Amino acid sequence: MKVCITSKGATLDSPTEERFGRAPYFIIVESEGGSFEALKNPYADGGGGVGPKAAQVLIAHEVKALISGQVGGNAREVLAAAGIAMYTYNAGGTVMDAFDQFAKNTLVRT
Amino acid sequence: MKIAIASGKGGTGKTMVAANLAFTLSRDGQVTLVDCAVEEPNLHLFFPAPAVITEVTLPVPIIDENTCQHCGLCGEFCQYGAITVLPTRVLFFSELCHSCGGCMLACPNDAIHEEPKRIGTVAVSTPLPRLKHISGMLDTGNPHAVPVIRAAKKLAVGDPLVICDSAPGTSCPVVETLDGCDCCILVTESTPFGLHDLRLAVDVACRLGIPTGIVINRSDGKDEAILEFCRDHNLEVMLTIPFDRGIAAIQSRGNLLCEIQPTWQNEFNGLFMKCKALCKGER
Repeated sequence: MKVCITSKGATLDSPTEERFGRAPYFIIVESEGGSFEALKNPYADGGGGVGPKAAQVLIAHEVKALISGQVGGNAREVLAAAGIAMYTYNAGGTVMDAFDQFAKNTLVRT
Repeated sequence: MKIAIASGKGGTGKTMVAANLAFTLSRDGQVTLVDCAVEEPNLHLFFPAPAVITEVTLPVPIIDENTCQHCGLCGEFCQYGAITVLPTRVLFFSELCHSCGGCMLACPNDAIHEEPKRIGTVAVSTPLPRLKHISGMLDTGNPHAVPVIRAAKKLAVGDPLVICDSAPGTSCPVVETLDGCDCCILVTESTPFGLHDLRLAVDVACRLGIPTGIVINRSDGKDEAILEFCRDHNLEVMLTIPFDRGIAAIQSRGNLLCEIQPTWQNEFNGLFMKCKALCKGER
């Protein structure tokens, strides 16, 4: 299944990004096999209403789980309605580190 | 004639100047005082009076899930992210909606109609024989200040002399308040914060093409920095109000300086004369 991790850069070694809606990149990792795709977030510099729009990017890419530091109220509502599970990661490590913790089931589902 | 009273920095004394100017001028003619600080109006503290209150509403879309085909066109059209179309339902975020009506036009299935949603109120009262007081009040938690300001100002259209008390700052509510005014009084205090924010406010008034004059409030007589700024920008200091415990006491009781100390009416009449000159471009 596809898991999205908010990131400051375009690789698995990039530091994770705490924010969801204005994260510079969404790294989408396929949990079976570990292949990944880096999406540049078009709403990273958005003024307002970015939460729902960013959530729609994930929906369009068939993401089933999101790993991020903080997800705003509007984004949360859209993600929940779309059935996308949300997990909190704010250890400040890399995208790979966040995915590892998710795979080991050590992340808190929020 | 429409006079806006703004500041930049909050707490400089806009409402004090607006209230006393309106009180003084209403002794000689009809004055309309509009409280455009709709997120926290406080002119009513100085002019308590029974008011007629009307609701301010904005149209918001209502999506009929039975007719909706979930094509997503409305969501794509919305510039503000207010509509999210999922495969089986549509999510609407009213606080993001700017009431443009575009989603309704974009829908190919006639699934959207508009209904009014309350965002605030406007209260009109007559606290003095020749003073009409209009107060806009945005509902708590609602982000749309601008339409409430517009509704308040609309009730003053055609009135001979209108004074608009603005919110502090330089963002949308302030621009909406200043828009269409013939001159602007910027109330400042002689502190570094006051001067910093005054620069920003002068810039806004200038971009809007509104002639501007300055009132220095709570002056401790050491106003050199502000005075230098005004000289450099060809701005007249139209009135200086001293930092005085007696004035503060009158203010904090919700009383009017010009009523308690009538000689101050001369100062505020003088301020009005200078505003008239500003409007005529005699500066």
